[in-house]
Amino acid sequence: MPSPIKIFRVANKKWPMYGLAVTGIEKMNTDGVDKGKRRFLLAASSVAGGIAVAGTATPFVLSMLPSQRALAAGAPVEVDISKIEPGSYVTVAWRGKPVWVTYRTQAMLEQLPKNDPLLRDPNSNESTQPDYCKNEYRSIKPQYLVHVNICTHLGCAPLLKKQVGDPSLGASWPGGFFCPCHGSRYDMSVRVFKDVPAPLNMVIPPYVYKTDSRIIIGQDNIHS
Amino acid sequence: MKKLIILFLLAPLAVFAAQNGPHLDKAPINFHDEASLQRGARDFTNYCLSCHSAQNVRYELLNHIGLSNQQIEKNLMAAGGKVGDKMKVAMRPQDAKKWFGIAPPDLGLMARVKGPDWLYAYLRDFYRDDSTQTGWNNTVYPKVAMPDVLWALQGTQVLQSGTKIIDGRTVTIHKLVLAKPGKMTPAQYNAFVGDLVNFMTYMGQPYHNKQIDVGIVVLLFLGVLFVLVYMLKKEYWKDIH
Amino acid sequence: MKRLMNWIDARFPLTSTWKSQVTEYYAPKNFNFWYFFGSLALLVLVIQIVSGIFLTMNYKPDSALAFNSVEYIMRDVKWGWLIRYIHSTGASMFFVVVYLHMFRGIIYGSYKKPRELIWIFGMLIFLVLMAEAFMGYLLPWGQMSYWGAQVIISLFGAIPVVGGAISTWIRGDFVVSDATLNRFFAFHVIALPLILLGLVVAHLVALHEVGSNNPDGIEIKEHLDPETGIPLDGIPFHPYYTIKDLVGVVAFLFIFSAIVFFAPTFGGHFLEANNFLPANPMKTPPTIEPVWYFTPYYAILRAVPNKLVGVILMGLSVVIYFFVPWLDRSPVKSVRYRGVIYKTALTLFVISFLALGFLGTCPPTPTYVMITRFFGTLYFGFFLLMPWYTRIDKTKPVPERVTNR
Repeated sequence: MPSPIKIFRVANKKWPMYGLAVTGIEKMNTDGVDKGKRRFLLAASSVAGGIAVAGTATPFVLSMLPSQRALAAGAPVEVDISKIEPGSYVTVAWRGKPVWVTYRTQAMLEQLPKNDPLLRDPNSNESTQPDYCKNEYRSIKPQYLVHVNICTHLGCAPLLKKQVGDPSLGASWPGGFFCPCHGSRYDMSVRVFKDVPAPLNMVIPPYVYKTDSRIIIGQDNIHS
Repeated sequence: MKKLIILFLLAPLAVFAAQNGPHLDKAPINFHDEASLQRGARDFTNYCLSCHSAQNVRYELLNHIGLSNQQIEKNLMAAGGKVGDKMKVAMRPQDAKKWFGIAPPDLGLMARVKGPDWLYAYLRDFYRDDSTQTGWNNTVYPKVAMPDVLWALQGTQVLQSGTKIIDGRTVTIHKLVLAKPGKMTPAQYNAFVGDLVNFMTYMGQPYHNKQIDVGIVVLLFLGVLFVLVYMLKKEYWKDIH
Repeated sequence: MKRLMNWIDARFPLTSTWKSQVTEYYAPKNFNFWYFFGSLALLVLVIQIVSGIFLTMNYKPDSALAFNSVEYIMRDVKWGWLIRYIHSTGASMFFVVVYLHMFRGIIYGSYKKPRELIWIFGMLIFLVLMAEAFMGYLLPWGQMSYWGAQVIISLFGAIPVVGGAISTWIRGDFVVSDATLNRFFAFHVIALPLILLGLVVAHLVALHEVGSNNPDGIEIKEHLDPETGIPLDGIPFHPYYTIKDLVGVVAFLFIFSAIVFFAPTFGGHFLEANNFLPANPMKTPPTIEPVWYFTPYYAILRAVPNKLVGVILMGLSVVIYFFVPWLDRSPVKSVRYRGVIYKTALTLFVISFLALGFLGTCPPTPTYVMITRFFGTLYFGFFLLMPWYTRIDKTKPVPERVTNR
């Protein structure tokens, strides 16, 4: 008995470039085949099959989104801000990220407009923040800055360097945040300076004042 | 040959037919009856959650049976917490073991283990029995460790045994009789347990409604696809003689 | 497009492989219903691998976490319930498809010369699949998972002298424990699937080397077209069988989806009720019953009053399939041309296989044990008497060319 491979080499028919063209069909009786009907059925089956594959893939893809557990753990968190000293901050975890609430002094606030010419995006046009924080102070109340303390360069946690002219950062340092990983610098409204690796201002999360001394991070208004 | 095919196809049915047990009343299960599920959820959190947990169930599940977060927090979460929390129990397992001799089991999946009909019977078949430690016994779960926590609602039942002659043979019949009425009439109590079991069954598979809805769409779609590929196959196989 | 294909073909045998294995691979034109199950087995394998990968993303192989991580998948992971039901249904459907595929092989003599190796690779696939299913069943860490594993691993204890040591070695502990769960996870998600894939490739390579058998049991390569060298009764696998198999695939998916969405526990046969209780090493469930696909062999185990002999007979009831190519002495392949003796034997075998499967789910009362012994004897009789009854059986003449029916 000849090997099957040899048999197949003898039959050197045209290569079916587009899937379902038939080779070795000569001995089949293809006279009177309704090509149009065949093409229509093929197209209809392919489309329906495509929908089936996409439909099957959907739940698998969606299963990789945050689960109910992640959403429950990422629920809004309440912070008491009455204990924060002027010039210092507290850290809370929201959705597993470090969120800082910083109490800025009057001197710090007055420095902010002077930084504008040194900044990449002084008006926060490109960065992420709720609309109610798209202002000079990037906050609801000027004194309290609430931000996600993750550097927009590669995700390190910047340090607060509030001292003006901090020796490690040079005499012109106006006070702000400094990322030790790759040297990105931000001002006291976590707006990024020019000529550092980070591309964007740091993120301001949604938050709301429940009372004067308590804020809720993670929701836009008190009712949701 | 044909017979063999039929034999193969019927095999699962034969296995099904072999399944039987004691007769139990059918529990009124309806996952589309939100009012019943809400009543069941209220009663479950009131009566069951003090001793039993449902440790994989989050309170926010109740969103799906028409309760808002505010309603859940205010009415069903006496101990406080967030709606994303799971239905944990305050009682420590060691204490429970001391008091009942056994830790009360988690109820999140109990309806899947025992079946709704069994639960429906169990919660209605407690009776006074001074020979047990708790003073209670149960016809579907003899010598159960759990006391009848719902006796104030149902009243107190006792087990009466008598003989009856069926087909010329003397048979002992056991019957539960209400000795002292409770706050509810028997009909009210049945409805109460019905709601509770409906909720517990829902809690065991809260995705069930979605499962059915998606399933119908999928089967309809596959039906259409079958017709298409079948016609395609017929068309191509015209070549073969 | 054409240039790209030329570029690839100069470096990789894509076009020539596609041709030799698909468009110019000639399969007999008379395949019937039973020939769907090969491609369906491949489909289920893909379903199991894909759904398994997504389950692994959220499952925790730790005895303290496993049970709840499965419930986490069912409740908290978006569409997790669907993925888990697909996987659990897939496990049972794998055996449905594989049993029907094996049955096809038996009735048409697909194991006979020159296809003995295809059969042996197939049987190895079946063995690995059994191990895969058994180990996978431990992972949800429910009561049935735990006690099922405990019972099956204890079977190895029947081996004289070293049995106890082997059982302990398999478990990595004195009872089924976290260590057992962890290693079963490793075997289930990576070791056995790799072996399975290798065996499937070997099965298909062997098949394409000799070509498919058919319901008439005729070698189509014995009648070639003198001009083209193509078998006269052969048709290109693609598009004819690809499209035909597609019909089978859609029909199968219809049944599969009906189970997944409307009866995922299948009355307790695909997912057992007691497995919704977390494993409790202190308390055995009232009845331990393996999943349906193991029950025929389990019934044989229980019907033997001696532990070692029971284990040996159970093992033999699976391993004996390997020898079928040499037990069968009939000059014809297909049941179509065999005599009444073989047909009777085959019918009795099917009945006893189904009966044993049913008996394996029943409690081992004396009556049931007696019935099990009866059917167990018939089961082994089919194999052990095969050399005798296939030789004396009166066969019908086999036609030269395949028939269309």
